Amino acid sequence: MSGISRRDVLRNLTVGAAGGSVLQMIPAKAAELAHEIVQKEKAATRDGKYTPKCLSARQYLTLVVLCDAIIPKDGTSGGAVEAGAPEFIDLIASENEEYQAVLVGGLMWLDNFCADRFDRVFLACTGSQQNQVLELIAYRKNAVAHPELSQGVAFFAKLRKMTCNGFYTSKIGIEDLKYVGNTALAEFPGCPPLPE
Amino acid sequence: MTQVARSPKVFDVCVVGSGAGGGMAAKILTEGGLTVAMLEAGGPVNPEKDYQMFVWPYDVPHRGIGVGGRAAENFGEFLAPNGAWKIDGEPYTSAPGANFQWFRSRIVGGRTNHWGRIALRFAPVDFQSKTRDGLGEDWPIRYEDIAPYYDKVESYIGVFGTHENVPSAPDGMFLPPPKPRCNELLIKKACEKLNITCIPSRLAILTKPLNGRPACHYCGQCGRGCGTASNFSSSQVLIPPAQATGKLTLITNAMAREILVGPDGRAKGVSYIDKKTRTEKRAIARAVVVAASACESARLLLNSKSPLFPNGLANSSGQVGRNLTDSVGSDGEGYFPAMEKMPPHNHDGTGGMHLYIPWWKFDRKNEFPRGYHIEMGGGREMPGAGMFDHECDELEGYGANLKSSLRRRYGTTIGFAGRGEMIPNPDTYCEIDPDTVDQFGIPVLRFHFRWSDYELRQARDMQETFRAIVEMAGGVYRTRTLLDGPYPYGIQPGGKIIHEVGTARMGTDARTSVLNGYCQAHDVKNLFVTDGAPLVTNPDKNPTLTIMALSWRASEYLLEEAGKGNLA
Repeated sequence: MSGISRRDVLRNLTVGAAGGSVLQMIPAKAAELAHEIVQKEKAATRDGKYTPKCLSARQYLTLVVLCDAIIPKDGTSGGAVEAGAPEFIDLIASENEEYQAVLVGGLMWLDNFCADRFDRVFLACTGSQQNQVLELIAYRKNAVAHPELSQGVAFFAKLRKMTCNGFYTSKIGIEDLKYVGNTALAEFPGCPPLPE
Repeated sequence: MTQVARSPKVFDVCVVGSGAGGGMAAKILTEGGLTVAMLEAGGPVNPEKDYQMFVWPYDVPHRGIGVGGRAAENFGEFLAPNGAWKIDGEPYTSAPGANFQWFRSRIVGGRTNHWGRIALRFAPVDFQSKTRDGLGEDWPIRYEDIAPYYDKVESYIGVFGTHENVPSAPDGMFLPPPKPRCNELLIKKACEKLNITCIPSRLAILTKPLNGRPACHYCGQCGRGCGTASNFSSSQVLIPPAQATGKLTLITNAMAREILVGPDGRAKGVSYIDKKTRTEKRAIARAVVVAASACESARLLLNSKSPLFPNGLANSSGQVGRNLTDSVGSDGEGYFPAMEKMPPHNHDGTGGMHLYIPWWKFDRKNEFPRGYHIEMGGGREMPGAGMFDHECDELEGYGANLKSSLRRRYGTTIGFAGRGEMIPNPDTYCEIDPDTVDQFGIPVLRFHFRWSDYELRQARDMQETFRAIVEMAGGVYRTRTLLDGPYPYGIQPGGKIIHEVGTARMGTDARTSVLNGYCQAHDVKNLFVTDGAPLVTNPDKNPTLTIMALSWRASEYLLEEAGKGNLA
């Protein structure tokens, strides 16, 4: 954890919108630390701009870790956390019971699954344990071979869409796609020549 | 009735509804010198405030899907107000199995604020379909009767297009079309190989300045409402000239509940609920034009019962609410790997397609009557929620790989929408629900709806055509449809295409139709219906242009009758 203070992690986990998020570099370690913080401080958002409206602090941090895993920062652009996807997902969940049931229930499933397997909640798992779980629930074929995963797989599929919705409606996400438009033109230029 | 507030003024005409049909009637009637009271069930529209032009998804907390994500089902939170599939306090019901969907807009201009601007003429054969194939009814008018009004409407509202001499899609008074988009060129090329006609679309969007309205600025957001009125809406193009005459009294938040009838059997005004005060008020007039949208108009007529008209007003034929149709709709989508190579470029254009496929199989025997056209969309559109749902299902996984795959896939899908003609059937109609009223105490509609094999076979043909085009264009067709159940071949539930028409059809025979060829009620000479209700058929064209042409024609006729002293 050298060079990264608890405060840094806390801020990055909860604000989400900060550039160059620590979380995006070391999600598992950050999550471990975040879990500790939650345990000790009971509030994950004291310094954050965004206070979760729907999720508990632990659930929200779990969501942050998952969003970051789904769309991480890469050489082209920032990731889903920086793009505000967790905030957007929590906001919609706070207003829509159906969406909320999918999200909260799915996060609980994840913690239950990790508790059965590793004797601890997802956030408290090691990076390699978290990756192990993601590798299981991020692919539909796994639910065929292991029916006990099917609810987790279904949840992850929905969360993937929720995260994409958050990311690709953000400035970062829209720029990542190199969308050109939403502006006034005198003439519509038509289709540029196709590359050879 | 001593408690009831009365408007002391007697208007020449009371127009119910401010959309395409009502707006057109108000314009023609006021410009012709008549005073008009217009009742609109919703509030006023303020384009500067209400139209969300140029707003990015990230400019708002809900990113375009609205509170709880619920605006997504109503075409997103940026859609021009105030349309929805469900309106609080104003229910409608569906008979078991009908599952009718009814999109209503409570606002000045109605659904023209956000409609697709697709402005297609009906063809000469469309007015004589029964003569051709024995199904349904012929119109009491011919193409030649309505053609001059198509000319007038197109010239006034502005429609782009090209002269193509396609018999199923008559040419009109067109502004030049915008250049095609990349995805459209790709599809056109495939269509040429398949002998499918693919031509510039006809949309009510200005590509040149017209009547003081500037040309389109190509932001691609017509559905949000246009701040410069470069596309057509009743609220910006029809209501203002009517107001400029000084003869229009626009009454908003006025929910019509009953057409009042005098002892002579003539309409004498409209009773409405002032939504703000929840009191009943009346607009007294010498003639009534109902243009509340086809089903809402049927509801108003059916709710206007009196000893003289025990089955509802203008309903001696029993046809009010009957002959309800919606367009046959089935959609598909293709993924085109070749489009991954497209460089970033502005793809916005006008709101809606620049090319489309008119009905092209009119010259051969098909497995279903009538025809359909195909709309298309896709490519490098402004990203939004839901854009990558399909990719998420196909790609799975997570992380950097998912992200780079999505980046590559952006703009590589093309969507297709088949829109075809439904044959009226006796199991498809709306009626007054005996058990339910809305929050204003007005009995609501109950819908009955059934697709017949004609429509199902048409939807199957749409799916086969989409697949053929996609594969010919080098794409992967990825729409899967069911073969059975209530919605085989991807056919949409009734009402979903928002082309519901026919509920007060016109005809020469007063025993089998509600209106004559001038949209005038057979039973009540000073009562007209000028929305989608008079349409005898709804061919493979969207109804709005025809609604406006019929409304213009009916309004001129009404003016003539008023001039002769034939109103009440």
